[in-house]
Amino acid sequence: MTTRSFGAPIKRNEDSRLLSGQALFVDDVELPGMLYAAFLRSNVAHARIRSIDTATARAREGVVAVYTAADLGNYWAPGPLLVPPPPISGTVFNQRTQVPLARDKVRHVGEPLAVVLAQSRYVAEDALADIVVDLDALPAVVDLERAITPDTARVHEDVHSNVAAHVRQSRGNYAAARARADRVIARRFHYDHGASSPIETRGIVCQWDARAGQLTVWDTTQAPVFLRNGLAGMLGLSERQVRVIAPFVGGGFGPKIMLFYPEEVVLPWAAMKLNRPIKWIEDRLEHFFATTHERGQIHDAEIALSPDGKILGIKDVFLHDTGAYNPYGLTVPINSQCTLLGPYVVPNYNSTFTAVFTNKPIVTPYRGAGRQHGVFVIERLLDIAARELGIDRAEIRRRNFIPPDAFPYNNEIIYQDFTPLEYDSGDYEPILDRAIELIGYREFLDKEQPRLRAAGRHVGIGIACYVEGTGIGPYEGAKVQVQANGRVSVATGIGTQGQGHFTSFAQIAADQVGVDVGNIDVVTGDTDQFYWGAGTFASRGAVVAGNAVNEAAKVVRQKIIKLAAEHFECAEEDLEIRNGEVSVVGIPGKAVKLGELALKANPMRGAVRPGTEPGLESTQYFGPPRGATASGVHAMIVEVDPQTFTLEVLKYVVVHDCGAIINPLILAGQIHGGVAQGIGNAFYEQLHFDAEGQLLNASLADYLLPSALEVPRMEIAHTVTPSPLNPLGIKGAGEAGAIPVGPLFAQAIEDALELAASKTELLEIPLSPNRLFELTTKRR
Amino acid sequence: MKPPPFRYIAARTLEQALALKAEYGDDGRFLAGGQSLVPTLNFRLTQPAVLIDINPLDGCGGRLGAEPDKVRLGALTRYRSIERDAAMARDFPLIEEALPHIAHPQIRNRGTIGGNLAHADPASEMPAIVVALGGRVRAQSRRADRWIDAAEFFVGALTTALEPDEMLTEVELPVATPNSGSCFMEVARRRGDFALIGVACIVQIDERGRCAGARIALCSAGDTPIHADDAATSLIGEALSVAQIDQAADLVQRAIDPGGNVHASKEFQRHLAGVLTKRALATANERAQRVQ
Amino acid sequence: MLLSDFLRHDLLLAGTHVGCEHGVCGACTVIFDGAAVRSCLMFAAQADGHNITTVEGLAPDREHLHPLQESMRDCHGLQCGYCTPGILMTMKVFLDENPSPDEAKVREALSGNLCRCTGYQHIVDAVLLAARRLRG
Repeated sequence: MTTRSFGAPIKRNEDSRLLSGQALFVDDVELPGMLYAAFLRSNVAHARIRSIDTATARAREGVVAVYTAADLGNYWAPGPLLVPPPPISGTVFNQRTQVPLARDKVRHVGEPLAVVLAQSRYVAEDALADIVVDLDALPAVVDLERAITPDTARVHEDVHSNVAAHVRQSRGNYAAARARADRVIARRFHYDHGASSPIETRGIVCQWDARAGQLTVWDTTQAPVFLRNGLAGMLGLSERQVRVIAPFVGGGFGPKIMLFYPEEVVLPWAAMKLNRPIKWIEDRLEHFFATTHERGQIHDAEIALSPDGKILGIKDVFLHDTGAYNPYGLTVPINSQCTLLGPYVVPNYNSTFTAVFTNKPIVTPYRGAGRQHGVFVIERLLDIAARELGIDRAEIRRRNFIPPDAFPYNNEIIYQDFTPLEYDSGDYEPILDRAIELIGYREFLDKEQPRLRAAGRHVGIGIACYVEGTGIGPYEGAKVQVQANGRVSVATGIGTQGQGHFTSFAQIAADQVGVDVGNIDVVTGDTDQFYWGAGTFASRGAVVAGNAVNEAAKVVRQKIIKLAAEHFECAEEDLEIRNGEVSVVGIPGKAVKLGELALKANPMRGAVRPGTEPGLESTQYFGPPRGATASGVHAMIVEVDPQTFTLEVLKYVVVHDCGAIINPLILAGQIHGGVAQGIGNAFYEQLHFDAEGQLLNASLADYLLPSALEVPRMEIAHTVTPSPLNPLGIKGAGEAGAIPVGPLFAQAIEDALELAASKTELLEIPLSPNRLFELTTKRR
Repeated sequence: MKPPPFRYIAARTLEQALALKAEYGDDGRFLAGGQSLVPTLNFRLTQPAVLIDINPLDGCGGRLGAEPDKVRLGALTRYRSIERDAAMARDFPLIEEALPHIAHPQIRNRGTIGGNLAHADPASEMPAIVVALGGRVRAQSRRADRWIDAAEFFVGALTTALEPDEMLTEVELPVATPNSGSCFMEVARRRGDFALIGVACIVQIDERGRCAGARIALCSAGDTPIHADDAATSLIGEALSVAQIDQAADLVQRAIDPGGNVHASKEFQRHLAGVLTKRALATANERAQRVQ
Repeated sequence: MLLSDFLRHDLLLAGTHVGCEHGVCGACTVIFDGAAVRSCLMFAAQADGHNITTVEGLAPDREHLHPLQESMRDCHGLQCGYCTPGILMTMKVFLDENPSPDEAKVREALSGNLCRCTGYQHIVDAVLLAARRLRG
């Protein structure tokens, strides 16, 4: 038996290209006659457009065209609603989607007003300064609570009180639970998430070949198939005429799955109109306004508890900032609602949110996709409960865990995939126990902390739990094919932004078709190579596409065995596939290479039995009935300087359950990266908007991404509860690292600074030295 | 974020550089390391008509001349070479301590001391250090050749005493005296970021361990580096005690005028100035005592 | 024209990547006269008469990778690969000058290169492994 590829820390297939600078990213595409685009963007958050004069810009040498909304004619239209609201009764949803170029009104700083096409990006940027825009500034809607008051300015004229949506979900009877509760704790929480800031910004190259009737679009998108479908529809082409290629993409993290960004809608149109290829590469400054991010929520939450710390019920009412438009529906706040429940038994739950339009860039999912906000609320409520009830923080969590024999566990409320939130499998105590053991929880609290405190040091420990719904539908597909040269190709519709799909999918296929991982070529992100697929998001790539690969590879294996059995005239059970060869067990020398078999399966002449398919290939799809739930516990020891409020993470532990593990090296990388983003979110990154909706820190000098000195070394351990929802038993892992870091920091810093003694509570994220100073000196 | 159009001229000699600056005045900017200037062009915050590249100038970098109590550095001396110069570390422990906080290695590989000082960013470390050391800079033009004390050189945020036709060509720094100790400290959000507050101090002691002199300068504490003269003078006379240091820190907090920014409120900056002054003075004093 | 654009679009050496154009992220780092510099903060004209090495010049030949590149692969020190060329060039010079660094020194040297995917741990492992391999 060969060693199984699945589960092995196999080195990545894609690395040598990336390491030698030979991998194609969108900005590497060079086409003859290419024009370069630059967008004029509003520098005011809210205004009526009186006029846009492009005459001088058009006359500048090197400028080929300048377009505004008026030039788009009938092509101009608000984008489609990407995610409709889930079927929750009583939901209010006011759809207002982004437009290709602003017409009549601008609704956030950075909204595009005009586009310049020129011989170089340098000239195009020069021409932007030539464009004269006359704007009538309006009051900016920035503060969430003020936004929903009836007399405030309206982001959309016909949307009263800027209410984008209102959703209420409940389970059981919270009011009754509260009435009999021994203790009710209520707090207000602020949670702000930030800009994903991949090192590669967005970019598009479009090329229209009028003679072939073919549009090719290179785009840093996480959803090439749906982009293709939408563009075809908008441009009056059939899907077969459009090819979208997402080549190597330098980090996605969510905002690159937002579709029909203004640039994606305007530039293919311009390429067809001018009959010239066009390139647009977003610069870093633009990225802060032109690409979506996540932002803030304000929660008024309360928890009803029994004297021994058991949760009787939770009520949460929150406001969610959706930005100027809401094309992505309610995914983010629904995730907040659902993920708040965590790994705990919450028999009664009442959650209501109002999504609010503001004059800020659009909010769409960014790694964690709203889960962070919910996890912050529940973990902080439990910490406060632990303190008030005199129960250890880890213990109060343990007392509320869903027991291992209660799965599948139905939380009843509706999740982002429109199905009731049912946890497929899980076993939470072992995760907590392992985390406690690895961080040295008891040893720290009983010995280390008192010792260090006596030496004048301010050290604290934190522990936080979460459950993450992953691997949701609708579906993905894969085509596996043995080629004549013996290599196996695997094509799938999702794209890649660094997750290692070229390797993990190859590992899955390798075990089925008996070929070395290095001899499997995975193709992703090219709509001409695979027609169908939803995209890379919600920690679903490995689960959904991975299982599709498995299904297709299984069928190919059957075809191989069947054909080989005919070839050797033996029974199928007598065959084994190993190292790219099919051989008869026990008879050395009686073997045939897969490539030869593939040739045999594709004869140039002759007759075949009816129903025979050519080649050794298969296309299969996988769509889970609902998402698989991963879970984990993070623990951290931190030291805080009580005068400067700077901190250092002394130890960081992650114990993670994502079901069966495909590649532990790749998985560790995903967790490290997620935690790093979580640390950024907790203590370094914050989008500072002023009262006029201006972003004050739109540069990497002032929007602080953690470096190698801010991210600690992490220790990772795993437990495994396989998912019963897919044959491979896997659950998603892409977002896990980022989710519980906020409450972890709040808890550990409170402990380090002994804030309980001064009754100071940390109920907000992000924190920072400045903010800790303000909170501890009670200056707001 | 492409730079706007400009005329690029590589100056081959100092005379040529000065002639060009005389011709273009404020429309012409010197391109030295470019680590501060080029970002402002890429953001289109500045749009100079002419960039005069002075990197090709010979003899404008490194140590110039040798005197026992002073070091003269050419304006084009890159931080990289200062980092690797053991003599600089010995003569200027204050600079050696500050270097890891100045941006990142790649920036220090190109950035020059002259360019850094001429840029006069209030949050930059070196201007404060040069003020603490009591150094001076040489400003040359076609019509004049003068020395400007560091205390007079920094006039406002991003503004120096240089005339439109002048070029900063040298930096002269007094060497650390044997009976002194120095300390540089800053608080920044990440290593290499601009300081929220930075303190550079020097304590000189006499043969009985009493403070004979002190210098305290801060960055990010106002529009220019702040030399806390009153605070420094208050330390002279006795061996430094905790009470005296606390009092000096108090005076420093009163001497500065921080503007606040997205990362730190004025109050927090003022608070940090007090904290760092106490710590830096205590350390500088300890180091001075140890030398004895 | 910025040196980064010249390398990528005139010389078609697209291995050097652009992440910010204001000298913070380090993705555009190349080796200029033996020192690691941000190519987005230099102009193409400044390169005249100087020596530049980009990531395409790191491997000794088509069949082999530099020990740093190999170690990055062995330790899973890259995910999307976009920041990687800048890190390779920075670390190449760092290891030339510091053949036996400890983790703290590596992290300091790495602090001028931002990575959004890896959380840096595997990169640090790779650099330490490469140092061991280069020492023989």
